[in-house]
Amino acid sequence: MAKITLDNLAHSYLPKPVTEDDFALKELNLDWSDGEAYALLGASGCGKSTLLNIISGLLHPSQGRILFDDKDMTMAPTTQRNIAQVFQFPVVYDTMTVRDNLAFPLRNRGADPAYIQTRVQQIAAMIGMEDTLNRKARGLTADAKQKISLGRGMVREDVNALLFDEPLTVIDPHMKWELRTQLKSLHHEFGHTMIYVTHDQTEALTFADKVVVMYDGRVVQMGTPQELFETPEHTFVGYFIGSPGMNLMDADVKGDKAVIGGVEIALGKGFGTPTGKVELGVRPEFTSLQAGDSGLPVTIKRVEDVGRHKIVRTDFQGTEINVIAPEGGEISPDMNRIVFDTAGVNVYSDSWRVAPKVA
Amino acid sequence: MNKTVNQKAWFLILPVLVLVAFSAVIPLMTVVNYSVQDTFGNNQFFWAGLEWFEEMLASERMWDALGRQIVFSLIILAIEIPLGIFVALNMPKKGFWASLCLVLMSLPLLIPWNVVGTIWQIFGRVDIGLLGHTLAALGIDYNYTQDSTAAWITVIVMDVWHWTSLVALLAYAGLQSIPDAYYQAAKIDQASRWKVFRFIELPKIMGVLMIAILLRFMDSFMIYTEPFVVTGGGPGNATTFLSIDLVKMALGQFDLGPAAAFSIMYYLVILLVSYVFYTVMTNLDKRDGH
Repeated sequence: MAKITLDNLAHSYLPKPVTEDDFALKELNLDWSDGEAYALLGASGCGKSTLLNIISGLLHPSQGRILFDDKDMTMAPTTQRNIAQVFQFPVVYDTMTVRDNLAFPLRNRGADPAYIQTRVQQIAAMIGMEDTLNRKARGLTADAKQKISLGRGMVREDVNALLFDEPLTVIDPHMKWELRTQLKSLHHEFGHTMIYVTHDQTEALTFADKVVVMYDGRVVQMGTPQELFETPEHTFVGYFIGSPGMNLMDADVKGDKAVIGGVEIALGKGFGTPTGKVELGVRPEFTSLQAGDSGLPVTIKRVEDVGRHKIVRTDFQGTEINVIAPEGGEISPDMNRIVFDTAGVNVYSDSWRVAPKVA
Repeated sequence: MNKTVNQKAWFLILPVLVLVAFSAVIPLMTVVNYSVQDTFGNNQFFWAGLEWFEEMLASERMWDALGRQIVFSLIILAIEIPLGIFVALNMPKKGFWASLCLVLMSLPLLIPWNVVGTIWQIFGRVDIGLLGHTLAALGIDYNYTQDSTAAWITVIVMDVWHWTSLVALLAYAGLQSIPDAYYQAAKIDQASRWKVFRFIELPKIMGVLMIAILLRFMDSFMIYTEPFVVTGGGPGNATTFLSIDLVKMALGQFDLGPAAAFSIMYYLVILLVSYVFYTVMTNLDKRDGH
């Protein structure tokens, strides 16, 4: 087990990268604390897998260093890093039995046969495949094969980190839930550092202590689910996390006032005078509808009742603003004003969050 | 859904039927016809029953040729299959060098068979051939026209040169279809190079390998042109394989009856081996699907 530090790391698949666009992974500095569970969240093609493969040593970065407990491992081969990784699509050794598949990483490292025997039994119980241990892996379902892959990833107890590259894509929804819970309890039990790549926010938020959000080759925020929810550092985080995502409106911000489409609203905190493209970001959860004269005038387009609450889609001068209204509340046609809870208002300048000034 | 029944559709297969009849069925039946009759010329034929078959089965000459043929095919397989896999494993995976390798590898396959024979016939000559002359200059006693071992080695090396590419290309195609994740997982699992080959690569190329073995076995079992050009079946009968012997019998000695009986048995052997291969291959597929 180890702390993993990424120092000025960047990667390009081109031999001679020139502009920033040539980099699949833009320069980043990141610390992965020992024993924490991380989720690496982002849309497809944002560099998640690249980052993962650099950590496991399947890929060597174009620049920067990787440290394991302050020891430089940048050019160290995968075997020296002692890392387990599970891939998106199941990788099983077809000609081996399930048992041999699970034992493979241990045997290759010359573990004691008696230990292998008990450990494989444990893992088989964990992934629910004790009955099929002596079967050939060939011809098992994709579900079962992926469980074997997961099992092979977890079979070694002394790994520095466990990396998962969207491992549950091919698994049935109900099994997904079960396996994710098992991974989580496994994490509590053994305290491995885990990095879990996914593009599914629910998966990320339920699995991880800390979520790392990536966008276009950059790490835009690393934080607890709560931090991601309350103070998204980048408009992408606001938009990507939450259902529906954060409302973004072009605004002029001066001190503790903002003007949106000619309407002035109070922000409750001072933000100075941010420059560039200034936007106001408010989650639907901090937005409410009311009748009267104060607030932004909107027209209601649609109300979606999702059971727990209602999502109201409204239109403000061509910009869609979503509101989450409580399930019991009545929504009447005269409720055509929107107000924001100032606690949930964030200001963005060129997509990055502007910290409020302490008065 | 109602299926339309139109018996006229049978006419659509008529062209193929005619083609196959002229290219395969009629010639084969002619051979069958010859194999059960005797002739003294003048297009006069006499019923001979199974006499020719009995004669051929008792003929030492045929059994010798069959023995040589089997030994030849086994040696060819034992060299070309592992060598082809080895070459495929060491070929570049992509880029310019991969394309170059593919082109170079395909070259021997594109040369007409009798040209291959001629190339090696000249290459191995002691007086003017590069190989033969060099070996002679090194003091090695090499003469494929007189020494049967030298003749065998020449014919085998020639076949290896000519056909290993085919095995390599098939194996290469099989290897290319293995997803990267398998190699990555193997690295994570700390599998040795041998284990990667044994547990990932070999199982994944098993299908194409079976086809390669079948093709190489069939072709080598029916080999005629190249050894005929190089050694003419000699010295003596040392490299007289089945088809060389067959041609000698049918066209050299004009023994139509025995030659026809011979070729039918030859044909049956090949059919039998193909059937065995086919069964093994479909069983492999079934095992995969289950």
